[in-house]
Amino acid sequence: MNLADGRLARVSIGATLMTDVSLFYESDVTIRLLYCFGGRVRALWPMLAAPVTSGTMTVDAETSRQTEETDRRRAAWMAAAQAGDRAAYETLLRDCIPFIKRVARGQGVRSDFIDDVVQETLLTVHRARQTYDPNRSFTAWLRIIAQRRAIDGLRRGGRTSTREIYAPLAYENHSDSGGDSEQAAFQIEHTEALDLAIEKLSGRQREAVQHLALQGESLAQAAAATGRSTGSLRVNWHRALKTLRARLDGKD
Amino acid sequence: MVRSDSTDRLLETLGTDLTPVRRLAPPAQRVLMWLAIVGAVALALTMVSDVGAMIHRLTAAPDMWLAVIGSTLTAVLAVAAAFQLSLPDRKAAWAILPLPALLLWIGASGMGCLRAWPVAEAYPMPTDQPEHCLIFILGLSLPLSLVLIVMLRRGFSFRPNLTAIIGGLACASAGATLLNFVHPYDAAATDLAVHAFAVAIVILANTIFGGRILIGKMR
Repeated sequence: MNLADGRLARVSIGATLMTDVSLFYESDVTIRLLYCFGGRVRALWPMLAAPVTSGTMTVDAETSRQTEETDRRRAAWMAAAQAGDRAAYETLLRDCIPFIKRVARGQGVRSDFIDDVVQETLLTVHRARQTYDPNRSFTAWLRIIAQRRAIDGLRRGGRTSTREIYAPLAYENHSDSGGDSEQAAFQIEHTEALDLAIEKLSGRQREAVQHLALQGESLAQAAAATGRSTGSLRVNWHRALKTLRARLDGKD
Repeated sequence: MVRSDSTDRLLETLGTDLTPVRRLAPPAQRVLMWLAIVGAVALALTMVSDVGAMIHRLTAAPDMWLAVIGSTLTAVLAVAAAFQLSLPDRKAAWAILPLPALLLWIGASGMGCLRAWPVAEAYPMPTDQPEHCLIFILGLSLPLSLVLIVMLRRGFSFRPNLTAIIGGLACASAGATLLNFVHPYDAAATDLAVHAFAVAIVILANTIFGGRILIGKMR
């Protein structure tokens, strides 16, 4: 449990009184409420007479101070990032990732969309970084951005789930609607015949075809690459086309 | 912690892309900057208009001065709301801030049309010149809108259309307020309809063009 962020906090007293407040978001109000609650429970302590078990954490001033300290640290990193400090910026963004994930999960985002929400939030932080005021809480600023991006993620997920289903076998077995298999086989055969015909061309003609057609170069680029004149290339290109046409027509 | 490669790549890209940014001034300061521009236009208008007659005309009937207070407050509150909405961490509820002033403005203007007695130093609206009000409101509101959109664009709004609508309301109400300097006419239904039409055009133009500009900023 990461109490430094104070996002999730569990107050448990003995075996009988267990209060789970994990649904609360981190906020000053939440921390204050928990603190008050903790104080009241402490006041009733003799009546309950239940010892605190090992590992039990009470939300107290220490937690609140840690939360504030984390927030101050992030605010300082963000202020440095606004001034162009890359190291502080990268540290900040890495530090924010677990927090963004918690917010996204809190909003009910599915685990396979969490990474998308994280990335969208980081991008938004990047684009909106000039709007952050270091006198305000960075964590609160980030939480709202993450919540907004999580809602976008939920909408996207909702749209996807209404339009798409997970069916890997159907995907694999789906036939190509672009043409029938006979046509595809013919296409492959035709390509092989063309390759063979190009191979049989004379050296200069093959060179012209390779540069001008297969590599898509301009006449000037091909001339520079081969060291031949553009006129020579053009002549060989037209002769190659004529030869290929004759050979392929003859074959068909 | 397991992090996807694409997130790592994104972090690296964002780090590489990082440039120093000028921090946005607080919203209150930006509001004052925009209002200062409107104030400068008002000052210029005092040079070419009869301010004494305007004050006399506006104070002659409650609906006249209530309408001016309403439009002025609408401009101030709407621009304050627009600058708040241009920040990513502010609530959409800011959009309702100018609504009470807007209701006062609409209500007082409507009451003016129902008033039976004419106001001194105000003439009946000439029926053949309604386009003057339209041109004046559009001529002032649209440049003010341009300035406001440029200022709002520096922010980052999750609600670009709402921000543009509220910004448009600010500009239209500012234009309607400034119109009083050169508008020696008594309240009339035709006049009110022309003003409402001009305000609607300004808000629509802001929503279409301003909204698109602000949406473009988000992507």
